[in-house]
Amino acid sequence: MKHLDEYRDEKLANALVARLKATATKPWVLMEVCGGQTHTLVRYGIDGLLPAGMEMIHGPGCPVCVTPLETIDKAIALAGMKGVILASYGDMLRVPGSETDLLRAKARGADVRVVYSPLDALKLARENPGREVVFFGIGFETTAPPNAAAVWQAARQGVMNFSLLASHVLVPPALRALLGAEGNRVQGLIAPGHVCAIVGLADYHAIAREFHLPIVVGGFEPVDLLEAIVMLADQLEQGRAEVENQYTRSVRVDGNALAQAMLADVLTVCDRKWRGLGEIPRSGLKVSAKYAAWDAELKFGLTDRPVEEPKECISALILQGRKKPPECAAFGVRCTPERPLGAPMVSSEGACAAYYQYRRFEAERELVEIGR
Amino acid sequence: MSVLSCPLPFTADDFIVLGHGSGGRLSARLMEDVFLPAFRNPALDRMDDQAVVDVPAGRLAMSTDSYVVKPLFFPGGNIGELAVFGTVNDLAVGGAVPKYLSAGFILEEGLPMDALRRIVTAMAVAARRCGVEIVTGDTKVVEKGSGDQIFINTAGIGFVPAGVSLSAAKVRPGDRIILNGSIGEHGITILSQREGLELGGDLRSDCAPLHELCAAVAAAAPGLRAMRDLTRGGLSSALNEIARSAHVGVEIEERAIPICDQVKGACEIFGLDPLYVANEGKMIAFVPEAEAEAALTAMRSQELGRGASIIGRVTEKHPRMVTLRTSLGTQRIVDMLAQDQLPRIC
Repeated sequence: MKHLDEYRDEKLANALVARLKATATKPWVLMEVCGGQTHTLVRYGIDGLLPAGMEMIHGPGCPVCVTPLETIDKAIALAGMKGVILASYGDMLRVPGSETDLLRAKARGADVRVVYSPLDALKLARENPGREVVFFGIGFETTAPPNAAAVWQAARQGVMNFSLLASHVLVPPALRALLGAEGNRVQGLIAPGHVCAIVGLADYHAIAREFHLPIVVGGFEPVDLLEAIVMLADQLEQGRAEVENQYTRSVRVDGNALAQAMLADVLTVCDRKWRGLGEIPRSGLKVSAKYAAWDAELKFGLTDRPVEEPKECISALILQGRKKPPECAAFGVRCTPERPLGAPMVSSEGACAAYYQYRRFEAERELVEIGR
Repeated sequence: MSVLSCPLPFTADDFIVLGHGSGGRLSARLMEDVFLPAFRNPALDRMDDQAVVDVPAGRLAMSTDSYVVKPLFFPGGNIGELAVFGTVNDLAVGGAVPKYLSAGFILEEGLPMDALRRIVTAMAVAARRCGVEIVTGDTKVVEKGSGDQIFINTAGIGFVPAGVSLSAAKVRPGDRIILNGSIGEHGITILSQREGLELGGDLRSDCAPLHELCAAVAAAAPGLRAMRDLTRGGLSSALNEIARSAHVGVEIEERAIPICDQVKGACEIFGLDPLYVANEGKMIAFVPEAEAEAALTAMRSQELGRGASIIGRVTEKHPRMVTLRTSLGTQRIVDMLAQDQLPRIC
């Protein structure tokens, strides 16, 4: 298929691997930020193609995984309220809250609808004037603009029975927290291409300067990632710490002005708790005061009820890139997609899900050998 | 001043009402007007509580499946055809010659009679195409809201020819795996209909009967080990089932698996893996290496096997597990799906 097959091509990939092996003289440690990139790496066994010693650390960029338990609980509570329809992306339905998940709540009678776009949720609201429709809006800078657009449209059309449960998070504050933490090993960063397509590169230039860190904005296909890794290795070998753009087919330096304007109008920066990373100041987006009538938190008077993470789940260490899924004692034994302890095992962008799905017998080291 | 008059009773011919399941006159009329004329055969015409049929000496295969697809009519087929072909295929991949079906209908009040007629006619045509007779059946009507228009259960009986004995347990390392064509077309057709997604082109469900194809493979490859039709859970589930039952490893080649551009594109948009998407006219055959080419040629000589290819092999390595050689030349697991694939966030 055009625009797809060429990014999954063995010859192109082999050429990049050969270049990397010719370039890299040290065991560089790189981080891919986005969970979509993690899945491509694990699914295609790209880390197995790297020169010996070179390591990929998986970053915190799985929006489902970093959504705190409290927010999942709020969504489940909302879904159970009389007269409420909770609309959500399918991804969120299996993520465990403190007691249950949305899929189980649905089975017990909560009205949970899977939608493919927040505008579908807005349509549901128009079609059900006697009901309250809440869209569960999670994700990074990538998913925030369409959610903001849904609120903006609801306001323009006077759809008062629609609201947004917004739990958006911003990549740069989380990166600063990780890169500034003691024991950080990351020497080069593959920045999330889709986030940069919205916000542009300015924040990443600042991070590259602050941490003297080479950054390459990368795409999501195997050849994209290999090219980004080659570009990072080049920078590291030459002692450069710049922002470069590998994902030029999607990312412009200034990002998407229309999406940025929509974000600025409807959402506002706030402090946000991240699952696994804790509270990070100014790391989230919530519905701004101007659109308070469409803010589900205010509309339904929702408050945080602090809850404990399951003790055995090491998702905090996974999301910080400090441990890899197979290093968890519960991995594949007491934590599986059918009975997850934490979100990274069920999210389609979660690192644990990627290892479980594509590499379960890594423990036996067998596939790694075949992969090479 | 109002005029008193005796209102004409509604004839209840336009749509299904509870009375159609009452066992009374409306039920009888439904039988006489809709089911009997379509399915007509000696066993059914006797209208006894059971069908009595002649059977040859030897072994019988039996299978049952229920059909709840939505929408009822979709490009390439409808629930009636699915209900016949699905059960026929379950019998055929076991090496049986499908002969008789039962059909149980659960109708929701309000189902347009025209829709029921179209479905029943489609079943009759489908049954004739497969050489099977629908010899017994049942109809129940549930209240509005207790069903979803129409659910159909079919059970089927087939005769297993002497000397044919297929089973996953017979699969051995070294065997080759043959797939009859491109995957994912049924699942993506249904999804795009539900979501109103315009994929362009003419994507249709692959809904089709596989009995002739199965017979052709069995004739060409006397050492045929096992066959499976690919339905829910897609290619991945069928391969995993065999790997588990036979306690062998399965290795497939990503590049050898045919997938059309519309299915590829839709899977990218929805975040689905085509290996897990449903099919209704696809099958895999496990054959000894020495007979693989003969089986492939036999498959390709049939309309429903034109796009057939050898997609992989059975191995002693990693028993009970399916692995895939990616387009990059690396290897990964193809896992059994935990639950339905849910569309991802971004």
